[in-house]
Amino acid sequence: MKKFFVPLMLLVLLSGCSASGNWGWYVIDPRTNGGWTNIKFLISGMGSTILISVIAATISIVLGLIVALPGQSGNRWLRLINRIYVEFVRSIPLLPMLFWVFYGLPIVFKSMGFNIPIDPFWGAIITLAISDSAFTAEIYRSGIQSIARGQSEAAQTIGLNYYQTMRYVILPQAVRRILPPLANQFIYIVKMSAFASVIGMQELTRRANELVVTEYRPLEIYSLLIVEYLVLVLIISAGVRWLERKMGADERV
Amino acid sequence: MVETAIELVDVNKWFGDFHVLKDINLKVGAGEKVVICGPSGSGKSTVVRCINKLEAHQSGTIHLYGAELTNDPRSVASIQGEIGMVFQQFNLFPHLSVLDNLTLGPMKARDLTRSEAEERARHYLTRVRIPDQAAKMPKQLSGGQQQRVAIARSLCMEPKALLFDEPTSALDPEMISEVLDVMEELAQDGMTMIVVTHEMGFARKVADQMVFMDEGEIVEHGTPEDFFGDPKTARCQKFLSQILQH
Repeated sequence: MKKFFVPLMLLVLLSGCSASGNWGWYVIDPRTNGGWTNIKFLISGMGSTILISVIAATISIVLGLIVALPGQSGNRWLRLINRIYVEFVRSIPLLPMLFWVFYGLPIVFKSMGFNIPIDPFWGAIITLAISDSAFTAEIYRSGIQSIARGQSEAAQTIGLNYYQTMRYVILPQAVRRILPPLANQFIYIVKMSAFASVIGMQELTRRANELVVTEYRPLEIYSLLIVEYLVLVLIISAGVRWLERKMGADERV
Repeated sequence: MVETAIELVDVNKWFGDFHVLKDINLKVGAGEKVVICGPSGSGKSTVVRCINKLEAHQSGTIHLYGAELTNDPRSVASIQGEIGMVFQQFNLFPHLSVLDNLTLGPMKARDLTRSEAEERARHYLTRVRIPDQAAKMPKQLSGGQQQRVAIARSLCMEPKALLFDEPTSALDPEMISEVLDVMEELAQDGMTMIVVTHEMGFARKVADQMVFMDEGEIVEHGTPEDFFGDPKTARCQKFLSQILQH
């Protein structure tokens, strides 16, 4: 709690500097009715930000594995598919990809005879998940490669096929090395979800933008926005550290 | 006339430009025991790794009970679990208990039920003389015990032949004999075995054929009597004198 108390106190201190009359902290002053309403409006985007991030991260974790496995195969063409996907997706900036998915993908669907509209919610999730999957795939790769080759050889000599080797031997061992970096990647998704505001998703950043338009107080509102992300990320970081400790403890057994 | 279990004819292998195996010919009858020795880097491990297709060979043929083993994935898949392998580093699955290490192959690759697989696992654990360690994790066992678990894991697949790649080289000296004893018993029970090892005492007792390799070639090949009593080549004499000094 102390951690986000400090920036909040800083804001309060800054509000004391309003002698010149240029400050307008009143827009987010919880002691006034208007300020409290504004704060509630801003924080109400939190649910969407979290929901988008969680769904996108879940898809990315599955998609990343699907992308990573061909990269570990003995087949050169499968490995090539993996490389192309990772290099291609990794090189696309998030914003252009978001535009492409939101405005472009429905046209692609339509030309194929499907009438699938993409709303801001799913547009944001699809973009974040695909963009992130290239990174999760690389995390899986390093995790899988960190398991000694002897393990898959031993699995092979007791008759396990590639899928069984991954499922029962490699992944259970890789998972404890993969979890902390995957959780870190979740922080990246939370922050990048701010881009969803530009296609009209009602999340934290969008709420702040809308309030700025009506209140003309960008400094104060965006300051609070930053604090909102800070709090969110600090909570996740604490979770990641807890996870790392837990995994580390397992390793020593 | 015994049936031929494993036959290698003119097998060659390269790692890039490096010619690791040069015209390897080896014929192992069912129930025969072959010991391969030689200095490190001589290609002896690569021979056994080619036989169970952990490595691909580039020319020549390998037959297992008359069926040719090619590098084709279907051919590779067909022998997996048919030829057991015991590794220098044991390669037990550290996240699974001893029992689960043993039941994994039979359950997943042979479709045994859990109770059938466990029964088989306990049978082979008794055979390698550690019936009471089933519930432990591999890390809780000594090196010698781990290697015996690894042998039991191979046996659970009821393989047609068992390959050993320096099974005692990673063990502390006092644990070597407990592993060799188990291997000797297997040999007496008629298992077809190819053993890469420097344990010459074991070789003398067990081997039907001795193979000495150097620089990717089979330099000397014969019965243990001839091999130890009358080594033909200077390279082999030198190797034996070095290894038997201790």
